[in-house]
Amino acid sequence: MEKEKFDYYIKTEKNSWEVIIGLEVHAQVISQSKLFSGSATKFGAKPNTQVSLVDSAFPGMLPVINQHCIEQAIKTGLGLNAKINLHSIFDRKNYFYADLPAGYQISQYKNPVVGEGEVTLDMPYGSKKIGIERLHLEQDAGKSIHDLSPDNTFVDLNRSGIALMEIVSKPDLRSPNEVNSYVKKLRTIMRYLGTCDGNMQEGSLRADVNVSVRKKGEKKFGTRCEIKNVNSIKFMEMAIDTEAKRQVELLESGKSIKQETRLFDTKRNETRSMRSKEEAHDYRYFPDPDLLPLKIEQSFVDNLKKNLPELPDQKKERFIKKFKLTPYEANVLVSEAATSKYFEEVIKNADIKLAKNWIIVELFAVLNKKGLDIKESPVSPINLASLINAISSGEISGKIAKKVFEIMVQSGDEPHKIIKEKGLKQQSDPKELEKIILKVLNNNADKVLEYKSGKEKLYGFFIGEIMKISSGKANPKLVNEILKEKLKK
Amino acid sequence: MPDLNQSSLSEIVKLIKTKKISSLEVTNHFIKNIKKGKKLNSFITTCFDESLKKAKYFDTKGNIDGLLPGVPLAVKDLFCTKGIKTTAGSKILENFIPTYESTVTNNLWKEGAILLGKLNCDEFAMGSSNETSYFGKTINPIAKDLVPGGSSGGSASALAANFTPATIGTDTGGSIRQPASFTGTVGLKPTYGLCSRWGIVAFASSLDQAGPMTKNVEDCALLLEAMSGYDQNDSTSINKKKESYSKNLSTNIKGLKIGIPKEYRVENMPKEIENLWGKGIDILKKSGAKIVDITLPHTKYALPTYYIVAPAEASSNLARYDGVKYGYRSKKGKNLIEMYENTRGEGFGDEVKRRILIGTYVLSSGYYDAYYLKAQKVRKLIKNDFDKCFRNIDAILTPSTPSSAFKVGEKTNDPISMYLNDIFTVPVNLAGIPAISIPAGHDNQGRPLGLQVISKALEEQKILNIAFSMEKDISFKQSFKRWWE
Repeated sequence: MEKEKFDYYIKTEKNSWEVIIGLEVHAQVISQSKLFSGSATKFGAKPNTQVSLVDSAFPGMLPVINQHCIEQAIKTGLGLNAKINLHSIFDRKNYFYADLPAGYQISQYKNPVVGEGEVTLDMPYGSKKIGIERLHLEQDAGKSIHDLSPDNTFVDLNRSGIALMEIVSKPDLRSPNEVNSYVKKLRTIMRYLGTCDGNMQEGSLRADVNVSVRKKGEKKFGTRCEIKNVNSIKFMEMAIDTEAKRQVELLESGKSIKQETRLFDTKRNETRSMRSKEEAHDYRYFPDPDLLPLKIEQSFVDNLKKNLPELPDQKKERFIKKFKLTPYEANVLVSEAATSKYFEEVIKNADIKLAKNWIIVELFAVLNKKGLDIKESPVSPINLASLINAISSGEISGKIAKKVFEIMVQSGDEPHKIIKEKGLKQQSDPKELEKIILKVLNNNADKVLEYKSGKEKLYGFFIGEIMKISSGKANPKLVNEILKEKLKK
Repeated sequence: MPDLNQSSLSEIVKLIKTKKISSLEVTNHFIKNIKKGKKLNSFITTCFDESLKKAKYFDTKGNIDGLLPGVPLAVKDLFCTKGIKTTAGSKILENFIPTYESTVTNNLWKEGAILLGKLNCDEFAMGSSNETSYFGKTINPIAKDLVPGGSSGGSASALAANFTPATIGTDTGGSIRQPASFTGTVGLKPTYGLCSRWGIVAFASSLDQAGPMTKNVEDCALLLEAMSGYDQNDSTSINKKKESYSKNLSTNIKGLKIGIPKEYRVENMPKEIENLWGKGIDILKKSGAKIVDITLPHTKYALPTYYIVAPAEASSNLARYDGVKYGYRSKKGKNLIEMYENTRGEGFGDEVKRRILIGTYVLSSGYYDAYYLKAQKVRKLIKNDFDKCFRNIDAILTPSTPSSAFKVGEKTNDPISMYLNDIFTVPVNLAGIPAISIPAGHDNQGRPLGLQVISKALEEQKILNIAFSMEKDISFKQSFKRWWE
């Protein structure tokens, strides 16, 4: 397969502009309780039912670190091939807002728990490494609800204090496509690790996107703008494209870019200034005196490392080596832990080549159409394996298999039951087949003559007729053999 | 019935344990005293009905084996008390009733103590004279025109005036030891982390520490024992076995090496304090202790360091008082920002605002390195000074304060001179080590003066023993009349 070339530049009459993107991804840690309190973290609970005295910042309340969240952050760091900092510090980020009860967010500023790492993307133009600058733990804020009453803002503190991992990339991304790939890759890694469910609808994964542009070939970065809180991959791609074009337009008309924070208006597909650099908050970070510096033993990290599950990159490599998959196929199959698990279950009892095709082509089409997760697939791995074995053994043809599969999708039934009930078993008795073939040839004596005088295209016509009569059940391999034989005479 | 105004906490405990007196009788006695003592304004809140109910209950079904069986106690209004208003001396918490009990007060109740009420203090414990309280200044029982010191001024005043047999305060830069010194009582600031901070309204988290305030050293040991202990809700709490300070109390200090830091001989120190210090040294020598001259070279930076670190933390700690969730909310203002501004503008007093401003400033970008970061470095040097000394000595003896109690209003318009009052106490907080102040004499106007004994971290027993020994030899007597009754 020929590799495509990277080609995302903002092209104008005068220039070609390269787009530089860096991402700050906020990923909600999978944890029963919050980062510094024992409150529950369930999504969708009634407002203010998962709030402790600590989360609502009552006088004299103190944070106590949730060790599970630290573990989750370290695991994620290991999944990003990152340096784990054995000494890190929690800082206070001070600002006033109604949904920030303490008036500060506990975060990590200069000494994050995870340092530099990297993530590998598989792009059509080859693999590309994206640097990770850092990963730190921080508390989420509550939620302000402005549209319930014309006169009041309501505050829901259920989210207040929930643990987030902020994963900061280096400015290594160059296109909306790469961003798409990067976010999906992060999500895959975290789902494999069980550290973040990556559910963007529920806000478990959101990102601040930094965008700047520079003329193709230039080395110096341009001034960047930060687009805050974008909560879907599609919107990230749109926002980047729009923002890059806005910047190019400004620069080409002789203006300059102001460093600022912007918001993405999804309805109008435009970014708007939120606050300039001058108006930027002074967060007055300082180490939280209520918490001691976080010290982690190397043995603790080693132990987590030892028990890490197989990660997507490793799994992909194994699939390619062991099952002779193409990198593309392997990629598709490892993109979700559940998919790879499904695949591995199917091939326990069925042909690998057929299995990968059936999953990637037929099953994915059905799941996509129905909007289902592979975990909710109406066709179980065992049933799919049975279907594949029915093909391999010649019990049914590939074509009939598709029919059986359709019924399996509807009913969830086991394929043999369907084959039996619907009488779809392949006609493989040579004598029976010969009868059908002779019938077709007799009925079309003129065409047989034409064929014999050189019109070989008619071969397909005969096959079609034979299949029609056998309701598609005739074993194609045998039909071929017998038909060729008969036509020779 | 014994004269309870002459009885120590330990004596009262003994009387109750031996059934010579009931909890109800003791409680009634102190309630009577409190009712007659309104002029001192040492209480913000009283809860007599509850106290009497609990005392009666104790006398019938209470557990006599606790450290403080049926003993009524008033506490500084910085400790959150379940169902009882807790104000921190501020308008912004004027009507705040916690649904929870601080760990330290809870420890007291578990040992059998009964709450009498909540004691006045400087607003959010910011002050050295108890004059910044929204609920009015507290008067020193020594004389009607004297401040009791601060910020635990209400506690010191109530203790000296016999409104409570003992009490607890908090000490961020001297807030227990300075008022103890001003009122002729004993006050101890424990090692940082010995007493839980959970449920105490925070001023400066890395410095705040609760401690006992009592009439004598024996009581101090007993109360410290009752209130201290590891708490998993406070990440800075020290996880160690509880000690029996009162049982192990001893006057034997023979052979202990006591350091005398030359840097504490500050300019303009009154002759009387100089003499008092000398007297303390002589007493120690007589008890067999060895006196050693030491140097704590960074002492002069302690006060400026403190006045960067403490306000920085306070500016952040006090951000939660925004009128959104609890406490005072201004009715003025058209939007959220104006509501914040009005609430905080009306809810906080001048001294609190001053410290929020200073704290916000020293943490601001562009100033952080020059102020906060540098202060943290100096703090480390101050701690190193102590660490170095304690390799060769057991404890340090200094005066508790550079002056005796001053007059009401004398320093209110001069914050710097007010801050200077903490010059001998602040280094101890910065280093996180324990210190005790004991009454050691009077100045020529009859105002009490205190001496301070400092040790390295977790050697409370040692300073208690030294103080216990000195107390016997000093035999300090309060000399005031109950003029307010």
